[in-house]
Amino acid sequence: MKKCLLSNSNALFNEISKNAKLYIPVDLEKGRVAYKEFSDGMVMSDALKTDRSAKDFFFPQTETLMAFKTAGKSIEITDTRSETEDFVIFGVRACDVKSIEVLDKVFLAEPVDSYYQNRREHGIIVSMACSKPSETCFCQTFGIDASMPEGDIVCYKTNDALYLDGKTEKGKALIEKLGVLEDCNDDVVKEEQQKIKEILNKLPLKDLKADAFGKDKTDEFFNRPEWKTLSESCLGCGTCTFVCPTCQCYDIKDFKTKTGVERFRCWDSCMYSDFTKMSAGQPRLTQLERFRQRFMHKLVYFPTNNDGMFSCVGCGRCVAKCPISMNIVKVMKTLGGKDDE
Amino acid sequence: MQKITRSVLIEKAEKLLNDGIVSRVLGWKNGDFSYDITPAIFTSADQMKKDFVYGDFCGANFSKYLVKETRKDEGKILVFLKPCDTYSFNQLLTEHRFDREKVYAVGIPCDGMIDINKIKLAVGDGIVSVDTDSEVIKVNTLYDGVKELAKNDLLLERCANCKSKKHVAFDELIGETGETLENNRFDQVAELEKMSADERFAFWQNELSRCIRCNACRDACPACTCEKCVFDNPNSGVENKSPANSFEEQMFHIIRAFHVAGRCTDCGECSRVCPQHIPLHLLNRKFIKDINEFYGEYQAGEEVGSRAPLVNYTKEDIEPIDAVNKGDK
Amino acid sequence: MQVNEFKPKIVAFCCNWCSYAGADLAGSNRLSYPADVKIIRVPCSCRVNPMFILRAFQRGADGVILCGCHPGDCHYTSGNYFTRRRMALLFSMLDYLGIEKERTRVEWVSAAEGAKFASVMNDFVQKVTALGENKRLEDLRCKR
Repeated sequence: MKKCLLSNSNALFNEISKNAKLYIPVDLEKGRVAYKEFSDGMVMSDALKTDRSAKDFFFPQTETLMAFKTAGKSIEITDTRSETEDFVIFGVRACDVKSIEVLDKVFLAEPVDSYYQNRREHGIIVSMACSKPSETCFCQTFGIDASMPEGDIVCYKTNDALYLDGKTEKGKALIEKLGVLEDCNDDVVKEEQQKIKEILNKLPLKDLKADAFGKDKTDEFFNRPEWKTLSESCLGCGTCTFVCPTCQCYDIKDFKTKTGVERFRCWDSCMYSDFTKMSAGQPRLTQLERFRQRFMHKLVYFPTNNDGMFSCVGCGRCVAKCPISMNIVKVMKTLGGKDDE
Repeated sequence: MQKITRSVLIEKAEKLLNDGIVSRVLGWKNGDFSYDITPAIFTSADQMKKDFVYGDFCGANFSKYLVKETRKDEGKILVFLKPCDTYSFNQLLTEHRFDREKVYAVGIPCDGMIDINKIKLAVGDGIVSVDTDSEVIKVNTLYDGVKELAKNDLLLERCANCKSKKHVAFDELIGETGETLENNRFDQVAELEKMSADERFAFWQNELSRCIRCNACRDACPACTCEKCVFDNPNSGVENKSPANSFEEQMFHIIRAFHVAGRCTDCGECSRVCPQHIPLHLLNRKFIKDINEFYGEYQAGEEVGSRAPLVNYTKEDIEPIDAVNKGDK
Repeated sequence: MQVNEFKPKIVAFCCNWCSYAGADLAGSNRLSYPADVKIIRVPCSCRVNPMFILRAFQRGADGVILCGCHPGDCHYTSGNYFTRRRMALLFSMLDYLGIEKERTRVEWVSAAEGAKFASVMNDFVQKVTALGENKRLEDLRCKR
């Protein structure tokens, strides 16, 4: 366990950013929070969550995959990737760290997505325990402990200091390089963990359970009549999917440039009417089916294919952002809760 | 707080349901916290007694749902319309977007709706519940106990600059209807107009660069009712699911606002639903302000059947070059 | 003299009945206007929707000009009246977003006004040249 006084955090960030690009959550105007590349003097935000998740670092909203150029009858294909540099993301919460694990299941399974893999290899995640979880948090539902996040380095923030603990090879190696840190014992951290656990027990969504869902339950839930009422007011926008740290669907398209064609991919949303559109049309004709797809994927299909791992981490972004406040919590309560109606 | 209470609305709905006048009710449904209200369809008074709410977080405009709902073969639907919702209602009727015969509209008064984001900005995270029973809003937080805030500081943008308390469409009215109001809704637009082009460009780049292209502004907009949006159509050449660069951000927002120009009632749903808090109403209001200045005052939705400014003309209309240079004089 | 003098790309949407014929007349009268102007013939100026203009900028135009019959002379009676309203609002919006207002223009050019067509184009090209490259409404991918 290492320690760095908060008053010294600027020196710590400066030292990290000497070796690699460092991104920290920063407060912007009107309560917005986003990761920004660190420059001297920048202050880390105390906010619980960034508006957009850390997913963007590994799976950006758009990226060019390759470019084509034709000359006569020959076609030249170029890899547009530039070698990614090492980077460090500081202050990733437990739920967002877990979401990367979910994405790994998709992108690092055969066939491996080399674009994603490249970034994963170059990225170091410094996670941060949640000292002030929000009312919309429900990570406990999915077995995530916000007092003990995963990540390459785990960080705890107290009133006066940051406590860092290297967990992986990459993380330990980085900590070794940081001269600003001083050794300390883990008493304070244990105390902090205890505090967080107490708060977690007070959260309004602490009793939400996912036990009803999971592996091989497609038949049980697919034809439930509740989908109709749940999806009735869904606008069909993509807010929930785009703020979600685990949504991983994308579309691949070609863009005609001045001299050739660029093939790029961009996030797609199962809520959209043209999602997975084929020559015969969209397989999911109405919003009911699209809505069902999203939640079945998170709660049933994904666990079925990945040993019971849910692809929701309870970060609560969709709970806070949905224009009509329909969200996975309400879906779970309606479909999986004790039916008290 | 809202002067009209949920029990009055439930009573009205119950009567209409029992009399067989309507078969279902479009209303607001309670959530897990005080502020996460979902539009929902109720088919019985019992359901309503359990989950129906009407309070300071019932900002959602129901008019657009009528397009979908009136296509169902399920009898009349009861809809509660706040004054500003009635404008959208009329506008949709003008464009023949739903069957008036299948709707029973009950106008209800509105005392201004609250923007949860403003509460979050004031008290931070951890809002367990919000008590809106008086003009002093009591926010129950996880970390700082109960905090009191003045409702006036928390109003949604559209309510802070409310343009009308008057119901322009209804079958029946609960409570009283009001008048159109003096408001300052174009002040911000005028401020932007006064800036230099460089400043305006910087302002909009900063705002639009946050766009995640979730399309919520479009999907929530009661004027955006195309069966197939050009941005969803793979054959249009402009279909783009993500804002690849600043041009695409600009194009989407210009076209979105332009397509509702002259039809936009300024209901403010676009800004309310934006997860990235982009002030989209400033685009719509620019068009409304220009239309008012160039072609005379026009309020979309005020009257069923009125001819929108962009499908109308006079021989003496302003020339585009004069329109653009208007501010310079 | 500068070697790499900036040559703007100008897209001119011309209505079939007046302005396109006007351009033709300019040609047959040997009136010169810059070759940077690329004319796109449209049935009526009213055919041009805002997306056309934005798309022209996206694909690399530095200025877009829209020419139609004089108000009152539309082949379809009233098309250009609608154009006038649309473009007044669109150009005002582009200005509001901070895009240089000299990059867009509407001109009414009849079939008899070959000279006007040439002088309008000369003037427009000159103004856009002075502004330089379109940076605010550009799509970099279209330049690669």
